[in-house]
Amino acid sequence: MVAGLDQVFREEWGRVLAVLVGFLGDFDLAEEAAQEAFALAADRWPRDGVPANPRAWLITTARNRATDRIRRDRVRTAKYGLLDTREHVEEPVEASAFPDERLELIFTCCHPALALEAQVALTLRALGGLTTDEIARAFLVPERTMAQRLVRAKRKIKAAAIPFRVPPPHLLRERLDAVLAVVYLIFNEGYGGRNELAAEAIWLGRALAELLPDDPEVRGLLALMLLHDSRREARFDGGELVLLADQDRSRWDTGQIAAGRAELDRALALGGRGPYVLQAAIASLHTEVPCDWAQIAALCGQLGRLTGSPVVELERAIAVAEAEGPEAGLRIVDGLGLDDFRYLHSTRAELLRRLGRVDEAREAFRRAIRLTGDGAERRFLERRLTELARTTP
Amino acid sequence: MKYVMLVYQGDAQERQAALSDEEREQVHADYQGITEMPGVTSMPPLGPAQNATTVRVEGGRTLTTDGPFAGMKEAVGSVFVLEADDLDAAIEVAARVPAARYGGAVEIRPSEVYW
Repeated sequence: MVAGLDQVFREEWGRVLAVLVGFLGDFDLAEEAAQEAFALAADRWPRDGVPANPRAWLITTARNRATDRIRRDRVRTAKYGLLDTREHVEEPVEASAFPDERLELIFTCCHPALALEAQVALTLRALGGLTTDEIARAFLVPERTMAQRLVRAKRKIKAAAIPFRVPPPHLLRERLDAVLAVVYLIFNEGYGGRNELAAEAIWLGRALAELLPDDPEVRGLLALMLLHDSRREARFDGGELVLLADQDRSRWDTGQIAAGRAELDRALALGGRGPYVLQAAIASLHTEVPCDWAQIAALCGQLGRLTGSPVVELERAIAVAEAEGPEAGLRIVDGLGLDDFRYLHSTRAELLRRLGRVDEAREAFRRAIRLTGDGAERRFLERRLTELARTTP
Repeated sequence: MKYVMLVYQGDAQERQAALSDEEREQVHADYQGITEMPGVTSMPPLGPAQNATTVRVEGGRTLTTDGPFAGMKEAVGSVFVLEADDLDAAIEVAARVPAARYGGAVEIRPSEVYW
């Protein structure tokens, strides 16, 4: 295979598919045609060389395949009546002749009429170019289940006429927030250890920032993901979870932190004060030494007012505990109604431990452990509990 | 696209009964407005779910049961047909149905020709 061909495919898949869906008005047909064109490229380019304009080649080839297929299949021609009037284009046209329709595609994939899990899978397939098998493995479901999920989603897009377009202004904010939620969900799936998903989400975030350069929340999400991901290597040591304060800072990716901060600065310059921008600002402060906990607490307060989320309030409690002492933090924690949330109990446990209220701390650790499934997080809590037992007579 | 819009009343009728005269007039006006929208074909309103009869046939035998189809928690209150460009346009009309905001729902089904 020609060096970098994978990279070209990766970069071009979403763009090529988007143009085809726009042109053909049919997701399945577009995907089949794109697949054929990419397979043909994988076969020919290593032998004949990569064409001067790979994108134009791929789009033209896929489009011709699709029109040929429609011509061959008269039944289909009747269904996609508008298509057979289009001319078969033999000469590859300039890539600039094809608009970038990835935004239209991502808004279709993340349409609220589709189940969230279908939105996620479709976005990874259509924009990210992941195969069904890759998506299935990333989400730990059988390939057949994932294939059915994708088929059902594509069928609904067609049957219910989910539009292929950038939503009009009165819908744009809400729909864009849905898109960002899907990307962040993919990132968080990856943050739990499946790195390829985190990388995928960052890639999608970059594509969105390129497509919507002036939206502060798009930049905010990208900044947030870059900043979180920059500490990925340091979060685990031999498979064991490491707290922020104990992380080996030499394992932080400083280049990525800088990139995340640059995105955050852009978001702030655009006047961004939305949830992703605020979270990115908090994540950025977390990477600073010494950490400005009072500032983090203030930002958490703003974020909590925006989202009304008790989880954010818990994060504020942690910051307040660092800034003003464990007692102040504990007062906030004890006012929260998050009884089944494991992080509430693990946070309480840490604060009680610092206050020397060992018995209560022990009980809180036990509650947190009961609420935590097997894995690194549970082992971490068990370690803290054992350490606690050791320090007490 | 032709969409069949199924309106579920949920608690809407009870909640609407508790509204002021002015608010109730608004509800009627909203329904009237939808009926008169271009693209909308209204159907005769459905009676209450208590008066419904569900018919199933099993092994050639006709089974008649009192009430709406038990597979659904809520019963359909009314139905209209909407001609719209795409699902977003249909969702916007659905959101204007008063039942949707008083605890009921509107189900949008793309119309399909089965035969």
